[in-house]
Amino acid sequence: MRESHIMKIHYATALAAVGLVAVHILMRLTQGFAESLEYENVVANYQFLPYAGLLEIILILLSIHGFNGLRVILLELKQGRVYEKAVSYGCLAGMIALIAYGSRTIFMVNMGMM
Amino acid sequence: MAQAYEIDEKKTPTSKTITLRIARFNPEHDSDTTFMDFSVNVEKWTTVLEAILDVKQHFDHSVAVRYSCRQATCGSCGMVINGKPRLACFTKVSELNSDTVTVEPMHNFPIIRDLAVRFDRLFNTHHKVKPYLIRDDSEITSNTTKELLQSPEELEQFIQFSNCIKCGLCNSACPTMATDSSFVGPQALAQAYRYVADSRDKGKDTRLKIIDESHGIWRCHFAGSCSQVCPKGVDPAMGIQFLRGYMLGFRS
Amino acid sequence: MNPHDEHKEGIGGMANPRRYGIERVAYWLMRLTGLGLLGYFIAHIYETSNILRGRVGWEEFLDLTQTTEGHIFMTLVIGMCVFHTVNGIRIMLGHGGIGVGKPARPDYPYIPASQNSRHKIGIYSAIVLAAIAMMYGMAVMFGE
Repeated sequence: MRESHIMKIHYATALAAVGLVAVHILMRLTQGFAESLEYENVVANYQFLPYAGLLEIILILLSIHGFNGLRVILLELKQGRVYEKAVSYGCLAGMIALIAYGSRTIFMVNMGMM
Repeated sequence: MAQAYEIDEKKTPTSKTITLRIARFNPEHDSDTTFMDFSVNVEKWTTVLEAILDVKQHFDHSVAVRYSCRQATCGSCGMVINGKPRLACFTKVSELNSDTVTVEPMHNFPIIRDLAVRFDRLFNTHHKVKPYLIRDDSEITSNTTKELLQSPEELEQFIQFSNCIKCGLCNSACPTMATDSSFVGPQALAQAYRYVADSRDKGKDTRLKIIDESHGIWRCHFAGSCSQVCPKGVDPAMGIQFLRGYMLGFRS
Repeated sequence: MNPHDEHKEGIGGMANPRRYGIERVAYWLMRLTGLGLLGYFIAHIYETSNILRGRVGWEEFLDLTQTTEGHIFMTLVIGMCVFHTVNGIRIMLGHGGIGVGKPARPDYPYIPASQNSRHKIGIYSAIVLAAIAMMYGMAVMFGE
C-alpha cells in the first residue's frame, strides 16, 4: 500500500471518529455521567443495535488511526528493514487484536451472552 | 572538559569580550565532543564566523570550520550557535545577547571534524527529487532555440524556493531528521515543490511518486522549525504543505 | 553506522519543545497526546470488557475508576482528546496547504509565512479549549 493511501485513511478515520466520539460522549452526558455507567444502562446501550453499531465503528476507526499513529512514531524513531517490517506488521496485528477484542464485547453483550 | 584560552589584545572603546565555546571532535581519535573556551573581543558588527576566524588566527589554527563567501550566499558555514542552527557569517555576536557563544557542528550531519560536517546525505536527497526541469526530450533537443516563457505570476509560485543555498540548517532543525536516518528532509522536499510549481516543468507525477514512500513527505508533521531557521526566507514548511496538497487533492 | 557517526540529535532533540516556538510545542504535544490517547483507548476497551463478567464484575471495575485519582486521570484524557482533535484539524488543513500563506519573493528579515498567526491562534485555541473541556469534565465528574 502506498504511504499516501495509508495517510489518507489516517486523516479520514480521524475526521469520522471526531463526529462519532462526540455522539458517544454526549450519550454519557445526556443520561447523567454516573447514571449512564450503571450496569443496566450500559447493557441497554449495548443492546440498542444502532448504538452498538456506533461503538463498533468507533472501535474500528480509532484502532486504525491509533495504531497507524504509533507506526509513524516508531518508524521515525529507528530504521532498518527488519525493524520497519516488525513495526508495520506489529501495529497491524495490534490493531486487529484490539478490534477483535472490542468486537467480542460488543457482540456478546448485544446478543445477551453475558 | 573545557579548556580556556585568552589573549591580552588591545580593546577598542566599543568592543566587548565574550567567551566563545567551540566544540572539538575528531572522529578518528576522539570518543566524545569536548569544548574549548576562548576569550574573544567583539564589536557590535562582529559575526560569529569572524570570531571563530579570530580564534583560528590567534589561538588555535587547528579549529576546523567550513566557510567561503561570508555573505550568506554559499551556505558553507551552517552550525549550531547557542543551541539553534544558524549561518555563522549571518549571525552577529551582538544579536545573541549573551556573553557566552557556543558553537557546535550542525545536528543530523556526520562530523568531519570540529564544526565541519558531511553533506553527502543532503546532496543525495536533493538529487533524489530531480532538482531540474523535466520535459519531453524532443521539445528541447529538436529545437535548441526554443524559449520557455513564464509570466511574473508563474514565476512568483516558485521563486522563493529557488533561493535555497543548500546550507542544511533546515535539515538540522527538523524534528524528524533528529531520529529518522532515511527521511528525505525539508531541503529536498522544498526543492521538489520548487520544480513541481514551475510552469515549465512536466515532472510533477514523477516527483510525487518519489516522495510518496514511508520516509518521504508524510514524515513531515508541520512543526515548522525548518522555516524558522532558514536564512534565505525559503520557508520549506510552506512548500512541503503545498506539495502534500497536490497529493491530498487540495491542489491540482 | 552508529548514531554518533550520523550525529543525529536523537529523541532528546526531537522532543525538546523550547527552541522553535509554539509550533514545535504543538508538534510535541500532538505526539504525547496521541500516545496517551492510544494507551487510554486500549485500557478503555479492556475496562468495558468487564461487562461480560456480569453486574459484580462491572461494578467491581467501576469502583476502581470512580475514585479521585480515576477522575483526575479522566480529566487528563479529556484534555488530551480535545487538544489532539483541535490541533489535528489545524494540522490536516495545513497539510492540505490551507492557511500556510502564499509564495512570494521573500524580504528581509524573512519571516516565514507558513508560521503565521492563523496557525498560532489554532494552537492556542487547542490549548484553551482543552483547558475548558478539562474544567467542564471535572465539574461533571466531581459534581456528582
